[in-house]
Amino acid sequence: MEYRYKGHLVEELYKDYRIKEGMKACMNCGVCTAVCPAAEFYKYNPKNIVNIVSRKNEADLEELLKSDTIWYCGECMSCVTRCPRANAPGLVIMALRKLAMRSGLYMESEKGRQQYIVVKDLNSNVLNYGYCVYPRTFAYETHPEYGPVGKWVCDHLDDIHARLGSNLDGDGPGGLRRIPQESLDQLKKIYDVTGATELMEQVLNDAHEEAVKRNMSDEEYFLSVYTTNNAEKHLNP
Amino acid sequence: MIIEGKQKIWADYQKDIPDDHYFYVRSCIRQAFWPGSEVTFLDITRNKLGKDFYENPYHTTCGGIAYHSDSIPQETAMTIIARQFALMHESGYENYVCSCITSFGCYTETLETWHEYPELEAKIRQYLWDSCKKEFAKPKYLAHASDLIYKFRFDIAKQMKFPLVNVKTGKPLKVVEHIGCHYSKMFPSKGFGGAEYPHVLVGMIEAWGGEVVDYPERRHCCGFGFRQYFVQANRGYSESNTYKKFESMEPYEPDLIITNCPGCPYFLDRWQYVIAEQTGKTYGKNGYGIPALTYEEVAGLVMGYDPWDLGLQMHQVAIEPLLEKMGIPYDPKKKYQGVNGKDLGQPQCPSCIKSV
Repeated sequence: MEYRYKGHLVEELYKDYRIKEGMKACMNCGVCTAVCPAAEFYKYNPKNIVNIVSRKNEADLEELLKSDTIWYCGECMSCVTRCPRANAPGLVIMALRKLAMRSGLYMESEKGRQQYIVVKDLNSNVLNYGYCVYPRTFAYETHPEYGPVGKWVCDHLDDIHARLGSNLDGDGPGGLRRIPQESLDQLKKIYDVTGATELMEQVLNDAHEEAVKRNMSDEEYFLSVYTTNNAEKHLNP
Repeated sequence: MIIEGKQKIWADYQKDIPDDHYFYVRSCIRQAFWPGSEVTFLDITRNKLGKDFYENPYHTTCGGIAYHSDSIPQETAMTIIARQFALMHESGYENYVCSCITSFGCYTETLETWHEYPELEAKIRQYLWDSCKKEFAKPKYLAHASDLIYKFRFDIAKQMKFPLVNVKTGKPLKVVEHIGCHYSKMFPSKGFGGAEYPHVLVGMIEAWGGEVVDYPERRHCCGFGFRQYFVQANRGYSESNTYKKFESMEPYEPDLIITNCPGCPYFLDRWQYVIAEQTGKTYGKNGYGIPALTYEEVAGLVMGYDPWDLGLQMHQVAIEPLLEKMGIPYDPKKKYQGVNGKDLGQPQCPSCIKSV
């Protein structure tokens, strides 16, 4: 198959500062896997991932970037504390994910395709409101675990935040204040000059092309990716 | 466990922290889910303790949640952080305190990476200039907001009205402390007590009369996992990790959980509700859950703030059994009211976990 950085994956990966910081010399003790919250539930083994990255083999790296495996980590960084050689498997995962997205190989896996959700939702919150999480876009319907209290909060958002001293969408300082347009414009420019806009547009475009292939609208595809979970493929027995 | 031994080890992991004059930046999640906590933090530090904590309205998200959901490059997150540092510098401050643990981890990672790779710092300076025409100075001191409450814990204790003591038995409340992973798991030297023996919440519990619960999964993640929560298909990861923690702490019968991370109290609270709905199991006594509170909420309770001013009605797990244990008076009729007593109705009762 064709993809960006073909034949240069290892070279690209090792340019990432998180590889420089997180990839020293693994001695295969497996402590990272023992302490990992993801490894307990998912078919996931950070020690094996660090081994593959250490080998610098182009074909193995391609397979890894196409797989669901690199998307199981929760980035809690518990592995960093425990590694006796000061490796940071969690940072290695972040570098792998970035390369998977930039190369396009993330579209080969169910968990990789989910990047459409977080890229679309979180970045629109950041660019439109200046927050990663913004209460007017956090809907009870898509977060039923928010519970009856959460539904009550969503139904009375302005009144509750006024009661608790927030400055919801107001001017000046305070919780949930309206971020000034000047600040939002600067965030957009930061996205433009640092590559976030390009990455975002690429992911949205990849998702659109996949939706077309599946004969779905973008909204139908979003919902499908948001909810699809082939658990037996991902979970430990 | 030999308590004296652990106390000695904890004492070795202290850090010096400036007493006053901080540039304060907020947390996206806490503003949305626990707004009373940031209000209480600023009220305690500014009005009860007379300290200078300045908030610049032009500050934004640090981008940390987007960064740890792998939806923006590292350089983007670092440049947003550099912009926040520029605002601090423009405002005339040198000490930087953030409300969010994810932010604290990102700020620490950024400063440490720049220290190791000065050429990356230079690149980010150029990005900031190209995008915002700003220049930044690095903070002289970076703190998490819980570090400040820890530092002032004895000053708070002097104003304490309701210690962490069961008024019926006279015994200390049993308190689980849950530290956000990004507080010190990546850079242990940056947190009070390091990653192994974090003292930041232990110190508050002990200063305010409670007893710390030690249990096997004490350091396990709450299960947020960023993309593992934001994508509905992955939420089993998040719930499973919370379940693991509750199964581990259950035999110790905690009265309360205190947290210093924005997401942890949300997950430790809401997943208790979901576990109860799915299995019928509850972890508190008599069909209730175990309240999972922020450190400001706990500080506010011991200092005598009204529970509904603190925003405790935003928790799914009922707080009333804890208030009664501590002997804190409350008006049930005011729990779900808005400004000037406006009637906001009330949430439906869950099927399995008691709500009042």
